[in-house]
Amino acid sequence: MAEVSIRKIVKEYEGGVQAVKGIDLDIADHEFVVLVGPSGCGKSTTLRMIAGLEEITSGEILIDGDVVNDVPPRDRDIAMVFQNYALYPHMSVFDNMAFGLKLRKFPKDEIKRRVDEAARILDIVPLLERKPRALSGGQRQRVAMGRAIVRNPKVFLFDEPLSNLDAKLRVQMRTEIKKVHQTVRTTTVYVTHDQIEAMTLADRVVVMNGGVIEQVGTPNDLYHHPATRFVAGFIGSPAMNFLPCRVQDGANGGLAVRVTDTIVVPIPPARADRYGAFKGRDMVLGLRPEHLFEYHEQGKPNWTRIDLPVDVVEPMGMETMVHFFVEGAPVCARVDPATHAAPGETMPLTADLNQMHLMEPDTGRVV
Amino acid sequence: MSATTRENGRKAAVRRKTSLHNQRLWALWGSYIALGVFAVMFLVPPFYTLITSLKSSAEISAQTGSPWLVHHPTLENFWYLITYPNFQTYYLNSTIVTVLVVSVSMVISVLAAFSLSRMGFWGSQSLSTGVFLTYLVPPSLLFIPLFQIIGKIGLINNFWCLVILYPTLAVPFCTWIMIGYFSSIPKELDEAALIDGANYLQILWKIFIPVAMPGIIAATIFAFTVAWGAFLYPLAYLYTSNQMVLTVGIISDLIRGDVFQWGKIMAACLLASLPPIVIYAFLMDYYVAGLTAGATKG
Amino acid sequence: MADGTSIPIGVMTPRKSAARKNTLRAFSQRKSTIGFLLCLPLILLIAGFVIYPAFYAIYLSMLNKKMTAFVGFGNFTFLLKRHTFQLVIFQSCLFAVTSVVLKAFIGFILAHLMHNIPGTRQRIWRGLLLVPWVIPLALSTLTWWWMFDPSYSAFNYILNELGFANVPWLGVGWIARFCTITVNVWYGTPFFMIMYLAALKSVPEQLYEAASIDGASATQKLFFVTLPMMRNIISITILFSLIVTFADFDIVRILTAGGPQDMTHVFATYAFQVGIQSGDIPLGAAVSLFMFPILAFAAFFVLRGVTQRTKEIAT
Repeated sequence: MAEVSIRKIVKEYEGGVQAVKGIDLDIADHEFVVLVGPSGCGKSTTLRMIAGLEEITSGEILIDGDVVNDVPPRDRDIAMVFQNYALYPHMSVFDNMAFGLKLRKFPKDEIKRRVDEAARILDIVPLLERKPRALSGGQRQRVAMGRAIVRNPKVFLFDEPLSNLDAKLRVQMRTEIKKVHQTVRTTTVYVTHDQIEAMTLADRVVVMNGGVIEQVGTPNDLYHHPATRFVAGFIGSPAMNFLPCRVQDGANGGLAVRVTDTIVVPIPPARADRYGAFKGRDMVLGLRPEHLFEYHEQGKPNWTRIDLPVDVVEPMGMETMVHFFVEGAPVCARVDPATHAAPGETMPLTADLNQMHLMEPDTGRVV
Repeated sequence: MSATTRENGRKAAVRRKTSLHNQRLWALWGSYIALGVFAVMFLVPPFYTLITSLKSSAEISAQTGSPWLVHHPTLENFWYLITYPNFQTYYLNSTIVTVLVVSVSMVISVLAAFSLSRMGFWGSQSLSTGVFLTYLVPPSLLFIPLFQIIGKIGLINNFWCLVILYPTLAVPFCTWIMIGYFSSIPKELDEAALIDGANYLQILWKIFIPVAMPGIIAATIFAFTVAWGAFLYPLAYLYTSNQMVLTVGIISDLIRGDVFQWGKIMAACLLASLPPIVIYAFLMDYYVAGLTAGATKG
Repeated sequence: MADGTSIPIGVMTPRKSAARKNTLRAFSQRKSTIGFLLCLPLILLIAGFVIYPAFYAIYLSMLNKKMTAFVGFGNFTFLLKRHTFQLVIFQSCLFAVTSVVLKAFIGFILAHLMHNIPGTRQRIWRGLLLVPWVIPLALSTLTWWWMFDPSYSAFNYILNELGFANVPWLGVGWIARFCTITVNVWYGTPFFMIMYLAALKSVPEQLYEAASIDGASATQKLFFVTLPMMRNIISITILFSLIVTFADFDIVRILTAGGPQDMTHVFATYAFQVGIQSGDIPLGAAVSLFMFPILAFAAFFVLRGVTQRTKEIAT
């Protein structure tokens, strides 16, 4: 068990391409941290630098307080689970899990004890004699995790471990990983491009983009208080709606946000202070689909009615997604399935601006 | 894929005998017949070898009746060869040379292929290209300067010169196909092993070689066929029967001037072809894999 | 080790001081050092027995017969003027081109026939048809020689039975040339068959189905689907076989030894006769070197084709 500290690490490939541009991150003991971001954001490179599979161009990585920049992977006391499992195809499940221990010259009975225990935790005891190719995707994933657990390392590293599984199994294995972490409590760094995976697994999520960290925070933090437009758009599905807008004076001395000439919505007084400084400026309005829903006459008072022509309707069962266009920008609303919505017709909507986000269009900063 | 469409076709045909079905049936039978004709043509020489090897010298020199039939089958040619010391020597020499060449070639090429597919160093790219070009160098291009070089190191008329020279024919191709097999092993596998605490030789020995076993077998078969069947080098560099290998030994020993002991020659050919044939019979898929592997880069 | 100079710069020095610290940088440098050391046997082998002999051959070819004086290109010009050598050039080209064309053609037909029959039976047929390729060439050529025997030959017997006269198979120039080509075609066709069969199998079945739906006939499918998809492997195989056939030694040496009247000699057998048998090493080296341009030419295109094909497979 150990904490991991990353100090201004930079990864520059030959030809001057910077994959990671000097990031800082402190991971506490027992913590489960997820690095999430689109492909090419540097999350895997960061993980591989922690593992020692990539050289660090500059900066420092500390595991348990020791600088490990120049320590080869085998001496870092880490374990890693790969996207394609990377099981040794010619070895049985037992041998796969025992390989690292055998190389480290553990006594036979100790190896057996550890493998059996890991197999019990992961529920793969009946598979121990099989070869990897005789296993299903989920079983292989468990073995890959078992290989990490038996070593009892300081840090677990996961590199997109669920990407090769089908959707159903992915959800199941997600729970499984969380359960294992709750059992062994090893410090874990987990890389994924799937924001739902990040949200469900992490103690803290690190959103990366273009080689830098956009935001670090608990899942709820990121969802409700994104720091940048990128985070706001990346976390949450379907993604947040973004509309160019202008903050202006509203009725009764308050503020209002003007999206188009016909759509002008008053900003709730609770938020007015925060947005007062941006009066008269072009901004971007961010609004999650669930905060844009059908308008009821008997709904809360003062909620503005907005009429929009329906473009596409997607019933999902417990809710229905309705897509519109506002000035050419796509907008999605999450409405009650009982609501009548048909393409081409106009639908009355309203927005919960208590949940709105306002961003500067040039920097993407959420204000 | 083709099997499934054919299966579907068959199912459809059960329901109604269509012209499409008949057409396919004709194509199938036509293919069988044509293949049969080719197979017969291809197998005539080996068949004739067998027929002749079963004839006594008397029957051959009588020159009566069809040469395609055996009137009095006998194993005397085989018996003669098996008890003939020279032939035993050739067989032994061939075996020694082949075993050594295969071992040396495989060690060299597996080490090099591992390095070239995984541990890039300055110039490793051009080296892999160079390896492929070396594979395209035929033995008949350089056998004369090699004759001089072998002479200088004092190995003329010594089958050890073959042990030195045959690897130049086998190693490039073996390296090439091993690069291909090694490169197809996912990189994560060696990374997992690195994290598990293995060093490079352990990765090679405990992961790469077992995983790439089909490639190793294919390469070994190739090295074997080269070492067993090569003709030019032994013909050029060996001239006494105690040093000769099978390919040249049979010709120089059983053909004396104008006297061709065809029965014995054919029996010897048969015995000498036996190892490749047996290996081929048991490992045909690897053999074919090695054959086609040359057309792709590692 | 004496080769320290050719190891990438900076590897040897830190090795002594920092290797014990086992740092990652030293680790990756050690990686390339180990990589180089693993390749060393290969490099020595190629350098010692391929590259050095190649340059040595050039040097040798410029000496006189007793290897006492330097004659420049004298051997080459001498050879070009000799009628026998002109024959050798012609015959080598005839032998290689005719054989390769026939092998490619028959191999292509065989591959198609094989592709027509169900997969499980393909194995058996493939097994039978590959036999010529498996038997060491020097040994199977001996059988052919015996079958071509003028006095009691297997072929002449059949001709006699059918009412034809004996044919002096290996005794007359053009017939002997035909015989050498026949043996080569017999030996080499299976290789083409296997290569083309592999290529045929790699053409996705959907392409043919799509072509059928688009209304293509069998010939159109061949020309617009099969051949374009196989183009690369066809050219690789042909060029590769061209190299091997052009440099062939075994068949001609055993069957005719270049005769009758030098009418079947190819480069390899002529070089052997001149260089080894007659003991004119420089002249023999010169004969061999004449093969180099065409081999280099073919090798260049093989390499290009292989690189392309690798890219195709990767995408």
